[in-house]
Amino acid sequence: MKIMVAIKRVIDYAVKIRVKPDKSGVETKNVKMSMNPFCEIALEEALRIKESGMASEVVAVSMGPTQCVDTLRTGLAMGADRGIHVEATGALLPLSVAKLLRALVEVEKPGLLILGKQAIDDDCNQTGQMVAGLLNWPQGTFASKVVLDKEKQAVTVDREVDGGLETLCLDLPAVITTDLRLNQPRYATLPNIMKAKSKVIKKFSPQDLNVEIKSDLEVVQVTEPPKRKAGVIVSSVDELIDKLKNEANVI
Amino acid sequence: MAIGVILRALNRRIDPNPKSQIFSLASASRSVSTLVLAEHEGGAVKAPSISAVEAAKSLGDDNSISLLLAGSGSSLSEAAAHAASCHPSVSQVLVADSDKFAHPLAESWAKLVHLVQQKGSYSHVIATSSSFGKNILPRAAALLDVSPITDVIEISSSHLFLRPIYAGNALCTVKYTGGGPCLLTIRSTSFPVSPLLADSKSNEAPISQIDLSTFGEDSVGNSRFVKVTSQDSERPDLANANVVVTGGRGLKNAENFKMIEKLAEKLGAAVGATRAAVDSGFVPNDLQVGQTGKIVAPELYIAFGVSGAIQHLAGMKDSKVIVAVNKDADAPIFQVADYGLVGDLFEVIPELLEKLPEKK
Repeated sequence: MKIMVAIKRVIDYAVKIRVKPDKSGVETKNVKMSMNPFCEIALEEALRIKESGMASEVVAVSMGPTQCVDTLRTGLAMGADRGIHVEATGALLPLSVAKLLRALVEVEKPGLLILGKQAIDDDCNQTGQMVAGLLNWPQGTFASKVVLDKEKQAVTVDREVDGGLETLCLDLPAVITTDLRLNQPRYATLPNIMKAKSKVIKKFSPQDLNVEIKSDLEVVQVTEPPKRKAGVIVSSVDELIDKLKNEANVI
Repeated sequence: MAIGVILRALNRRIDPNPKSQIFSLASASRSVSTLVLAEHEGGAVKAPSISAVEAAKSLGDDNSISLLLAGSGSSLSEAAAHAASCHPSVSQVLVADSDKFAHPLAESWAKLVHLVQQKGSYSHVIATSSSFGKNILPRAAALLDVSPITDVIEISSSHLFLRPIYAGNALCTVKYTGGGPCLLTIRSTSFPVSPLLADSKSNEAPISQIDLSTFGEDSVGNSRFVKVTSQDSERPDLANANVVVTGGRGLKNAENFKMIEKLAEKLGAAVGATRAAVDSGFVPNDLQVGQTGKIVAPELYIAFGVSGAIQHLAGMKDSKVIVAVNKDADAPIFQVADYGLVGDLFEVIPELLEKLPEKK
């Protein structure tokens, strides 16, 4: 069985972002970019499944501008067997990404598609659910544990839901999106980074895949959130209780 | 009938300004009707779903709001009765009663939304940004070939929305330009329901059953519910609590975290945690507050031993009053705190426990 993992290139999670003065978006020039943390977890999970002998190949795919190849190389250095880059300029909405993924699934025929539960830039939390809907595959979102049963061709997924954990059993092929607690992604070692350079990254264009990139959402403006008023530092517990009682009226 | 007459009257209305006439014609032909996907538990509609009705209300004045409930058995009919009177703006309750909806599986739910949307041609479909809404709504959107909008915090007009991006470090105004229905998940803390409204039982909306005869066996999908492990808690629900007491890495271990729980009990508060506290195993992960956990906006948020990483701030910075207790005077949490106390939480918490007034 083949596993396909979708990875996204985003501004590094530790970077304090800056909104562009013209309010058209967030500054991405000369800003450190990395693989979306949830995508790292998705890739790690695919690699672990392969290492346990349940999968034959891990294919990493990424969509977007040329620089996505760097992100794919990182994925290959972690251990993915090969990469696919769908080169697309301009904004890609989750619906377009889901359609491109569906087209790639039809080419590659993986038994499992793993994605992160959300990208930390747009915070959408949509792509996995959408591609599952388009493919009519079952979905296991916000997974914190994945157990594959090769004989039954099924996968058991523990999902992090409000108020606890939910366990589902999905028939393969299926879509899984990963939560933070699924695993601890590995670091790529230097020899593996060198090896990754000789691994294949295949290029597609949306036209090759017969996917029309359209948009039904328009970003009107991006602004900074309102700043909170500076607070005060109190010197004792008594003062704190007094302020909460008499100034803020919250207790 | 009555709606048709009003629509015709609207269409006939002549405006002296030709530009605004076009606009009024367009908006009349696109009159707003909303389907709200409601979650229910123990025979009642969950509070965040009532916030979704509140959000729907702000889409337009003549909005007709239908509440969709699915499930099976007596708890569903109790929930439907509650739904009919839970908010004065609800004009209809739609009920899908079938074993297929006994658990909120995305596969059958998305097909249901698709079916109901085809029959009702709603202009908007809304769910809350809970794990339920986030799981189902995008799948339904894909079936309808439209882009959904996640985590809406403000509705400016029927097609203009505000949502946070980059862990709440930027706000994005998006306009829906598609032809199909507009699908949203809303952040329930941004659409509070006045308690007075929640109690009003003046008008009861009619309840109707959805005809599921066209809902084939194949609509169930290839997933099965196995079990749910819920965290039993007598304290208020984290996402809707008035007061939240949160502990971070500074608590050091699970044993010490009990101090946070004790304090929460005294304040009638919900307990929250940072990712560090969850990852270290102090508390279960459904208590995590932040970009990837719960988003809370209580009246009072008290953080103990929390440094204030941006991912954590994303989940709590809309709280009315923020209190931070931390040994490190340079901790970023102090930049958002209304009241900060630089000190050792192991001394501060016991003192608070002793000196705080008993809750009423």
